[in-house]
Amino acid sequence: MVRAVAQTLRDCLANAPAERFFWDRTVHVCVNHLARGTALGGRLAELAGRSVLLATSSQLTTALVLIELDGVARRLTILPPDTATDHLATLISCAEADAIVIDAGTPECAAFDLPARITCAPAVVSADEHPLPHVPTKWLLLTSGTSGVPKMVAHSHASLTAPIGAGKRPDGAVVWGTFYDIRRYGGLQIFLRAVIGGASLVLSSAGEPIADHIRRLAKHGVTHLSGTPSHWRRALMSPEIRKIAPRYVRLSGEIADQPILDSLRAAFPEAGVSHAYASTEAGVAFEVSDGLAGFPAAFIEHDRDGVELKVVDGSLRIRSARTASRYVGAQQPELLDRDGFVDTGDMVELLGDRYAFAGRKGGIINIGGLKVHPEEIEAVINRHPQVRMSLVRPKQSPVTGAIVIADVVLRCECECPDAELQVKDDILALCRAALPRHKVPAAISFVPSLDVAATGKLARRHG
Amino acid sequence: MRIKLTIMDQMAQVAREHGKTLAPLRDDLVLLDSGLDSLGFAVLVARLEDTLGIDPFTAAEDAMFPLTFGDFVKVYENGARGGANAA
Repeated sequence: MVRAVAQTLRDCLANAPAERFFWDRTVHVCVNHLARGTALGGRLAELAGRSVLLATSSQLTTALVLIELDGVARRLTILPPDTATDHLATLISCAEADAIVIDAGTPECAAFDLPARITCAPAVVSADEHPLPHVPTKWLLLTSGTSGVPKMVAHSHASLTAPIGAGKRPDGAVVWGTFYDIRRYGGLQIFLRAVIGGASLVLSSAGEPIADHIRRLAKHGVTHLSGTPSHWRRALMSPEIRKIAPRYVRLSGEIADQPILDSLRAAFPEAGVSHAYASTEAGVAFEVSDGLAGFPAAFIEHDRDGVELKVVDGSLRIRSARTASRYVGAQQPELLDRDGFVDTGDMVELLGDRYAFAGRKGGIINIGGLKVHPEEIEAVINRHPQVRMSLVRPKQSPVTGAIVIADVVLRCECECPDAELQVKDDILALCRAALPRHKVPAAISFVPSLDVAATGKLARRHG
Repeated sequence: MRIKLTIMDQMAQVAREHGKTLAPLRDDLVLLDSGLDSLGFAVLVARLEDTLGIDPFTAAEDAMFPLTFGDFVKVYENGARGGANAA
């Protein structure tokens, strides 16, 4: 039997064999109804060919809109939940957005008045819509890494769905769950897997305690569950975790270390545990399912599923149909090198027949999936009149993978321990006023000097 | 007891810094209900390493995920007895 290749997410719904649902804390939606229904009040045609900004407050409405708009909108910009409102005007201009979709929970300051503004409901009603011309939608995703306005990278339906194996539909009903918000690349992959694979999906609601989320995962019989290592460490601290028994456990968004893999194996002895290497820019490069951290050296030497890896100056580079095509906006750096590879900035070291991850190029620190540039924090610390220079570096954390700590050189030694404590408090207060919480150093040490490399820059170790 | 008091002290401190309200610290309090989030716990563990000289989580061969405040204190008391990672 020849099956037509689905061109849009909505096309995937027609193939779904059984009823499946999206759930959040308060509502459930039978997704099948969206094949001939709408959550946009039947106003989808107003968004045809437009560059649409998704400023929905809930993951569930986001999921519904994404299905309706794929193949209809020219551009689809997905705002992650923590997008700073100060950045919205810049993002709108960068995406050339001329339409916005909001929901009942979108704050007034984010509900910009663009030429088209539509409110999405957390429910599907039937709609008598004429077919709209198919448009190859560009999906614009925001990166978590940069200081200042986040970068936007351009994906397509093809690049986003390429990592999802077509013929690999698992046996039995699948219920996906994700701790990772679907408005970020790692969570979006899970949403796409559910839609394409004919599965149901359990989403969390804003502010929902993790115990409640896990109880709902149990109630809906989650079979496939995904999160960052930090999400999983937190979930394993909840007594509710014993109530779920997924068949497949997935980690992505941060480097998975051996202790978290071992803990998940112990908590879910029947489950397959996989860690995926993926980033917004590079897409999903590979999944490792042998229960060990790092990845086999053989991945580098052989093209696997159309993904080529190479190591240049210790940093992992990736070329595949799954990577984003470019950064969007003026004066953005090139995303791909001359040969079409994305430099991930993740440093790797060959140990025997396996590569281990060895931190980030340029000292970028990953805290629970959020990337932090040390220079941004150092700039704040250095504003303190008594600080000569500072070095912000990661410290390994059993909870979030890493946290930020700072080594500070003072202009002159403090006269007494009390004065020293006062300076520490002042620096921390400066940081708290200027930076989001995860960028505030957990600890500050005063050191006599810092190493400066031959380039004149602070010597940073990967770590 | 010193360890428990230090932990309570530091938890209150971190909660203050992060603008969180700390639940009363009873032994059977589920840690996730304490008011601290992941980042708060990460900072707490780092601070306790400074004040107590141990990080029993990183030092342990098997990763342990304490569920209650009482469990959390026990991990530190056992860590201190073992003297592991005292450096």
